[in-house]
Amino acid sequence: MTEIDRDRGRYLIGAGLSALLTILAFAAVALGLSRGVALGIIGVTAVAQVIVQLRCFLHIDFSRQKREDLQLILFSLLLLAIMAGGTLWILANLAQRMM
Amino acid sequence: MTANLHPGLNLGESHGAAHPASENRVFGFWVFLMSDLITFGILFATYAASGTPMGLAGGPGPAQLFDLTSVALQTAFLLASSLTCGMASLSMKAHAGAGRIALWLLVTALLGGGFLMLELSDFASMLAQGAGPARSGWLSGFFALVGLHGLHITAGLLWIGVLLGLLAVQGLSDRVKTRLLLFALYWHFLDLVWIGIFSIVFLRGLA
Amino acid sequence: MSGLFGHLDWTVTPFAAAIADPGTNTFVAAGAAGLVVLGAVALLGFLTWFRLWGPLWRDWLTSADHKKIGVMYCVIGIVMLARGVAEGAVMRAHQAMALNGGPLSAEHFAELFSTHGTIMILFVAAPLVIGLINIVVPLQIGARDMAFPVMNQVSLGLTAAGAALLMISLVIGRFETGGWSAYPPYTGRVFSPGEGPDYWIWSVVPAGIGSMLSGINFAVTIYKCRAPGMTYMRMPLFTWTALCAAIMLVYAMPPVTVSSLMLALDRYAGFHFFTNDLGGNMMNYANIFWMFGHPEVYILVLPAYGVWSEVSATFSAKTLYGYPSLVIATMAIAVIAFTVWLHHFFTMGQSASVNIAFGIATMIIAVPTGVKVYDWMATLWRGRIRMTVPMVYLTGFFILFVIGGLTGVILANPTIDYQVHNTLFLVAHFHNVLIPGVLFAMLAGIHYWFPKVFGFRLHETWGKRAAWLWIVGFCVTFLPLYALGLMGMPRRSSSFADPAFVPLQLVAGAGAVIILLALAATLVCYGVSIRQRGTLAVPFGDPWDGRTLEWAMPAPAPEWNFAVIPAVAARDAFWAEKTGGDPYVAPERYEDIELPRPTALGLVICVATTAAGFALTWHIWWLALSGLVGIGLAVMVRAFATQTTRVLPAAEVAVHHGRWLEAVHTARGITRDAEDSPANRGLAAPDTEVTP
Ligand code: HEM
Ligand SMILES: [Cu+2]
Repeated sequence: MTEIDRDRGRYLIGAGLSALLTILAFAAVALGLSRGVALGIIGVTAVAQVIVQLRCFLHIDFSRQKREDLQLILFSLLLLAIMAGGTLWILANLAQRMM
Repeated sequence: MTANLHPGLNLGESHGAAHPASENRVFGFWVFLMSDLITFGILFATYAASGTPMGLAGGPGPAQLFDLTSVALQTAFLLASSLTCGMASLSMKAHAGAGRIALWLLVTALLGGGFLMLELSDFASMLAQGAGPARSGWLSGFFALVGLHGLHITAGLLWIGVLLGLLAVQGLSDRVKTRLLLFALYWHFLDLVWIGIFSIVFLRGLA
Repeated sequence: MSGLFGHLDWTVTPFAAAIADPGTNTFVAAGAAGLVVLGAVALLGFLTWFRLWGPLWRDWLTSADHKKIGVMYCVIGIVMLARGVAEGAVMRAHQAMALNGGPLSAEHFAELFSTHGTIMILFVAAPLVIGLINIVVPLQIGARDMAFPVMNQVSLGLTAAGAALLMISLVIGRFETGGWSAYPPYTGRVFSPGEGPDYWIWSVVPAGIGSMLSGINFAVTIYKCRAPGMTYMRMPLFTWTALCAAIMLVYAMPPVTVSSLMLALDRYAGFHFFTNDLGGNMMNYANIFWMFGHPEVYILVLPAYGVWSEVSATFSAKTLYGYPSLVIATMAIAVIAFTVWLHHFFTMGQSASVNIAFGIATMIIAVPTGVKVYDWMATLWRGRIRMTVPMVYLTGFFILFVIGGLTGVILANPTIDYQVHNTLFLVAHFHNVLIPGVLFAMLAGIHYWFPKVFGFRLHETWGKRAAWLWIVGFCVTFLPLYALGLMGMPRRSSSFADPAFVPLQLVAGAGAVIILLALAATLVCYGVSIRQRGTLAVPFGDPWDGRTLEWAMPAPAPEWNFAVIPAVAARDAFWAEKTGGDPYVAPERYEDIELPRPTALGLVICVATTAAGFALTWHIWWLALSGLVGIGLAVMVRAFATQTTRVLPAAEVAVHHGRWLEAVHTARGITRDAEDSPANRGLAAPDTEVTP
């Protein structure tokens, strides 16, 4: 198997898995599962799909080469969590106190 | 397997100097995408925080406005386009010639265009129901977030146009190769953001 | 209404207002506008008279050389500093007379503090910091240029567009009156229907995007373009701080771009992000804005810390004390700076538990800064200290910045903040960190690296006069404001009713006069130095017995920086070469050098952005559209350019470098005693007193 074949396989697997995860998430809503269960499924499939696409489409992995890109993603996610999470925390707190 | 110099498909050794030469640009573009991620993150948080009775301001909410079928179709279009975009990169890596790359890019553009048409028609029907961005804080957040993603897709379509032009005029020069790598990153990134949008905005809204 | 000229008509200039309603208030505004117009005319005349248009175009506006771009950033910073200081002085003069009134109208005063704050943060401090990073970083890491020289030009163009719009706002129409943070709903279209907030939005957005692009550029340059052997733990500390600031720029600029554009959507398209009605939430604006605003102050101060690190080591002829701790402290600050933004709105109404979390984070961030101050002091300890101009600034910084930092820790306590927020205590605090921390560092940094860029030192005596005037002026102007704040005087007051405020207001007003003198002395220093550039010349390039790579080349530094890319074997690379042997040896062979070709892309984007911003402000839709399309087209056309670099043949480099090496070998170095004498031609002789 050549490198190109391997790469193509990786894209196809990525697309297949993504499609599967997407269908799962949409099905959870379409079938009218209870909100809690549906949200759980949506959350898990979304995270899984992001990881699949990072791995298969964007070729990010843990191999020990130059790892600036992985560090960058993790750092970005940290800041995203701080900013988005902080925003939700602050605004929810304010909303609650204005009830 | 050759060392990965940067995110996304690497050209590999068979491309000579173009392989290492793309490293800085692709890495820089990746940094830009991370910055863009923060932009989207803030809009996500704003959107999520406005889904309160106060944010809805007595206006229509997700259940009245979102169409699951249309969102599913949009998702399918975008995922397919991400795959065809990957095929364009792969053709480049495999030295399959400018024609093949252009073809895959065209398919990508068509799928992206299809996504955009569906999204716009959803927007139009929301506007027709009086649910425009000026109706409520929540709708402002919705249109800003989803609209910004749509604007990115539009920019991507323009970018494909430029790439096709470059392929026609300059053929597969090293610079053009790097630009194709950048575009692929961009397009895959937009699909990542879309995962967030269909999960947090649409599915969570309809669950 | 929106005809060909949108909302523009003849009544919008301050001249019209001065004719219609003569008085101090309108005359001050018309005078300022007149100055801008006169300044512009004088500049055009000067360029034409001395036939400088050609050189300006060829050597500067179209250049993609990082040093030139850096200098242009600094020029923007200094010009805007002059305006900002002038506005500060006008405000101080007004407040000194503001018992039950004051010469200016409340609205005019509000415009002043709004433009002053916006200018000082985004168009003085930021351009000076970005300019200095541009000049210094490639030289310190052994690179030929930034990773993306043309994008660098675009960043500059975007910043310049924002600055231009701010200048235009002095002459045409009025600026916003809601402060530099432009909080809605006051700046929304219900309460501020005019052009003011739009001016603010369209100068902030381009500057924000430009800074973000600079951040990407710096980060990639430092990650990927270091000379062989320049490992992370060998990087000079200024480069370290630049790296952290760059990463922060990448993540901190999106919030301000987003919040400004959301405000724009509210104003132009009737969205309800921050409005009072229909589900708007103005508290989210404060939240997003300060997610940018707080990191921004550390973006400004980290490179300032970098300057202090270089200055303290060089002028005491010692290795930097505690290098690893300085690096760790820098990284710690860069991360923690993203977790404290709420301290800017402790009083907004969230619960005590939220406040205390951010309060604690704020107190923690003071620790790494404390570590740094000790490191610098230990660096000076028993060094071969020379009280040059940067060292005078450093001394001022040591004492004053610590006071500012401590008042910051006081403000970090939410219960105390409830008492003093929105008073002059706060104004004293942030000027106390921004002026001694950032501005002094930038003035010191300019003094330190000026010879590297222009080939001659700055005048020491005038430099010292300026430095002392800045230090004294700062103390007299801003220390009284702590007391005034504790007495209860609110910030942004255009008038007050309590006579108890008057004495200290008068003191502060006098201080502003000293600061004006300091500004004048700074400009005189530059002028005198240019006139005496012959005696001040340091062609050999190492006037301060420097330690890092940038001093290992001639001054002015050639366009290609390094004749051959150096191989780095130690921290303080140049110092190691000087102590370990001969740093001035000819390389075995030279190679062709690839340099970016000049391009007008940055300038085109600058003009198009300015036009678009102006047009959006005044609702001139056809022009706005043309500007935006112009930007897009410029970028697309650029994609088709193929000849983006030119090659400098090895032979040419060899001649240039060989001539310099020869001159160095026949010259006599000076010891540090002669540093401030015409004998200093930039070649350092070993100094017996130096302990490593
Ligand atoms: C050098 C002489 C300076 C003078 C005389 C001066 C004076 C003033 C005055 C009088 C105010 C209004 C205070 C009030 O609200 O009552 C002010 C506000 C402010 N200044 Fe300065 N200032 C100076 C330098 C700087 C510098 C170097 C910076 C930043 C790098 C700066 C940043 C600000 C900011 C951010 C505000 C707040 C604006 C607002 O209220 O929105 N100033 N300054
Ligand atoms: Cu802060």
